[in-house]
Amino acid sequence: MSTLAVSVWRGGADGRFQTFMVPRLDAQTVLDVVTHIQRRLDPTLAYRFACRVGMCGSCAMTVNGEPRWTCRTHVANVEKNGKLTIAPLAHLPIVRDLVTDMREFFDKWARARGQFQPTKTRRDDVARVAPSSAGRLAVDAAIECIGCGVCYAACEVVAWNPDYLGPAALNRAWTLLNDVRDGAGRARLAAVAGDAGCHACHTHESCSDRCPMHLAPTASIAGLKRATALAALRGEL
Amino acid sequence: MSARAETRLWLAQRASAAVLALCVAVHLVTMIAAVRGGLTAAEMLGRTRGSMAWATFYGLFVLAVSIHAPIGLRTVASEWLGWRGRTADAACTIVAVALLALGARAILAVTR
Repeated sequence: MSTLAVSVWRGGADGRFQTFMVPRLDAQTVLDVVTHIQRRLDPTLAYRFACRVGMCGSCAMTVNGEPRWTCRTHVANVEKNGKLTIAPLAHLPIVRDLVTDMREFFDKWARARGQFQPTKTRRDDVARVAPSSAGRLAVDAAIECIGCGVCYAACEVVAWNPDYLGPAALNRAWTLLNDVRDGAGRARLAAVAGDAGCHACHTHESCSDRCPMHLAPTASIAGLKRATALAALRGEL
Repeated sequence: MSARAETRLWLAQRASAAVLALCVAVHLVTMIAAVRGGLTAAEMLGRTRGSMAWATFYGLFVLAVSIHAPIGLRTVASEWLGWRGRTADAACTIVAVALLALGARAILAVTR
C-alpha cells in the first residue's frame, strides 16, 4: 500500500508543520486524511468538521496553499509527488492546529448589516416575489453561500486591509439589498461603502475562483459599488 | 472619512480613469503621428503654441491625472504601508496639488 507524506500545521500562530505518513486509499478525501491522523496517529490533533458532504462548510482548510473544503477535495486532485500540506484557513486567528477562530468573519457579516430587516408583520400577507423579477434573480445568484470562509481566506484585500468586510459579508449584503421585503437598504449601503467595504475590492476574483458553491462574490460586490455610487450621486448615502 | 466621501473618491477615480483612457489614446496616436516626419522642438511648439484646442486637451489630461493618481496612491499607502488617516490624506492632497501645478506649468510652457 502506498503512503502519503502529510505536513499538518500544529499549534497556534507560532506553530510549525508536523509530518505524518498516511495510507493512500482509493477515493480518499483530504478530510479522510485528517481524520485518519486524529484517530490513528495523534488524537491531540484539533480540526473542525460536521456533515462530511459539502453542506455545512465547517471543514475548510488550506490544502497545498489554497483554501478548500477538505470533505469535497479528493487527494488524487491535490497531492503532489505523494505529499500534502494542510494548514488552517488564512486571515483568521488560529485557535489550535487546523481550527481557526471564525468570530471576526461572522462579526463582519453583522457589520455589513447582514441581518434581514422585515417591513411587515406576521399579520400581513406573505410577500409575493415573482421568480423572474430582476431582484429575485440577483438574490438567486448569490444566496447559496454557506459561510465556509473559503472566499475570505482566498481574498488578498483581507490580508492588506484587516478592516475589509470581505467577500462573504458583502455578498450577503447584496442579497438583502435585492430582497424587496427588506427595509434596511439605505443603512446597509452606508455600512458597505468605503475603504473597509465594497470600494476596497480590487476585482482580483480570487473569491469567485475559489468559492466551492461556484458563486461570484465579485459580481455581488460590483453590484454594491454601482448601488452605493448611485446613492452617493442622489445624496442618499 | 465618511462612507459618502469614500464613495465619491471612488467615483472620481473611476470617472478620471475613463477620461484618461481617451486622453492616453489621443496622446499616443499624436506622438506616433508626430514623429513620422522627424521630431524637433520647433515642430512640436509650432503645433501647440497658441492652440486653445491642445491647451484644453492637455488641461483635461492633467486634471484627470491630478485626480486619479493621488486616490490610487492613497490606496497603495493604506494597503502596502498601513498608512491611513489624516496624514495619508494630507500627503495625497499635496501630491494632487503638485501634479496639477507641474502639469499646468508644462501646458503653459508649450501652448502660450
